[in-house]
Amino acid sequence: MGMTMTQKILAAAAGLESVKAGQLIMASLDLVLGNDITSPVAIHAMEGFRKQGVFDRDKIALVMDHFVPNKDIKSAEHTKTVRQFAKKYNITHFYDAGEMGIEHALLPEKGLVTAGDVVIGADSHTCTYGALGAFSTGVGSTDMAAGMATGKAWFKVPAAIRVVLTGKPGKYVTGKDVILHLIGEIGVDGALYQSLEFTGDGCSSLTMDDRLCICNMAIEAGGKNGIFPVDDKTIAYLKVHGTKPMKVYTADPDAEYTRTVTIDLSTLKPTVSFPHLPENTRTIDEVGDVEIDQSVIGSCTNGRIQDLRQAAEILKGRKVKKGLRCIVIPATQAVTLQAMDEGLLKIFLEAGCVVSTPTCGPCLGGYMGVLASGERAVSTTNRNFVGRMGAVDSEVYLASPYVAAASAVAGRICGPEDLE
Amino acid sequence: MEAQGKVFRFADNVDTDVIIPARYLNSSDPAELAKHCMEDIDPEFVTRMQPGDIIVAGRNFGCGSSREHAPIAIKACGVSCVIAETFARIFYRNAINIGLPIIECAEASREIRGGDEVRINFDSGEITDCTTGKVYQGQAFPPFMQELISAGGLVNYINRQA
Repeated sequence: MGMTMTQKILAAAAGLESVKAGQLIMASLDLVLGNDITSPVAIHAMEGFRKQGVFDRDKIALVMDHFVPNKDIKSAEHTKTVRQFAKKYNITHFYDAGEMGIEHALLPEKGLVTAGDVVIGADSHTCTYGALGAFSTGVGSTDMAAGMATGKAWFKVPAAIRVVLTGKPGKYVTGKDVILHLIGEIGVDGALYQSLEFTGDGCSSLTMDDRLCICNMAIEAGGKNGIFPVDDKTIAYLKVHGTKPMKVYTADPDAEYTRTVTIDLSTLKPTVSFPHLPENTRTIDEVGDVEIDQSVIGSCTNGRIQDLRQAAEILKGRKVKKGLRCIVIPATQAVTLQAMDEGLLKIFLEAGCVVSTPTCGPCLGGYMGVLASGERAVSTTNRNFVGRMGAVDSEVYLASPYVAAASAVAGRICGPEDLE
Repeated sequence: MEAQGKVFRFADNVDTDVIIPARYLNSSDPAELAKHCMEDIDPEFVTRMQPGDIIVAGRNFGCGSSREHAPIAIKACGVSCVIAETFARIFYRNAINIGLPIIECAEASREIRGGDEVRINFDSGEITDCTTGKVYQGQAFPPFMQELISAGGLVNYINRQA
């Protein structure tokens, strides 16, 4: 029986000829990732290991992105713990304020992940790197600790759902709309314990930033990972960003899938997830009148340069509605610099937006845009759970940068076409 | 290995943001996290529950973030086991790794009521609702997972193996 793309990567990392769904394997890791929230817990767990030290100082990435620059004394203490650890073990890829970015935007940009890699990260959105043809998945801090110490992790080989993408997306339809639509179709546990393997001729019409956004939210369907085939766009991206040798795997023609979901990209519309689950999707024409207090444009889902260009396209020459806060957060220092060079930051500032240093900040109700009780935000982030962005009775509506920007102007959730 | 206690019921898709809201993630102290366990879904949970009590929930328990603070908060406030129809995969892994017993059983998840007294035998996977007398067959833990949980988590388990 054939293997899926994910299964082939895992088999190679476990040193096996083949694997099948449900098999428990021990795999070698190409990268172990942690952030300022999860790393301190892992570092503390590592102190409990009899054998001290890290397996490879070049294969650990510690990115201070959630509450950095530190929002309070406790988060400062956490970050200090990681700084000291990084110094003690001379960790090559330690990124602090000034050179950091949101981890899942930063790692691909820095070329730390390539096709065929096996990556674990103590952050659920680690599944982002499937866009590069890698297997990557979120784990907890204890798995991260074991990974940093041994360079290995156990996995149960996942079965897979095949997502066949056809056609080309229309105007104002982005990767975000593709993944929100899919989550709406299969539900927040639709891919539980499974891979989401994207395929079909529609893949070629999606940019790398679209694919990174789509794989980023595989976890919101319960998925273990999301993964795209490696094509010319992937190779071009990896050549620009990385120096690591690619290992290109393709799914066997007779690979087994638990189900196939087909999405004709040409039929999609801008899509919005209503509170309090990402599966509560409506197309933009079904949204109705939802007034908002805040619009957030950024995050590991939508803080890349394409996202900022799309938001700027809408905000150029327009003003954020009086009384509404529009917060733009470029995902990395490099994205910020590019947005500055392209004049995007000027557009945002002239429109009346707040422009922040890279941070996860408001996405998880940390800081830089926490909601008060009863307030509503439209956000390009990935979760709209109860209390996610602040007060327990605040609300988050998930959408693309086009929709978030247009809504900031209108003061209610709408698409760019409503402004025309 | 056994657990016994009174049941607190929760619905489908209990996410890690309600298990332990991110505003408390500036701490990783289990006792501090325990104080806020389930705060955004049931503010009285931590005051009403007794050590040994059991959570019964529906599908996809623990979905969302990879924060290990979530199973840590549940374990630290004294919950002896979580029964659900299914668990989100990262939560499942984290719970095992930190030594919080969890068990999947669709029928028990649907039928057991809040306030019932429930006993779980981890060797057999048997879940007994002492209030109704009904017995459910949950997924039993393989021996290595029982050892891992009784060792208090992956770290101690790895050290014992070494």
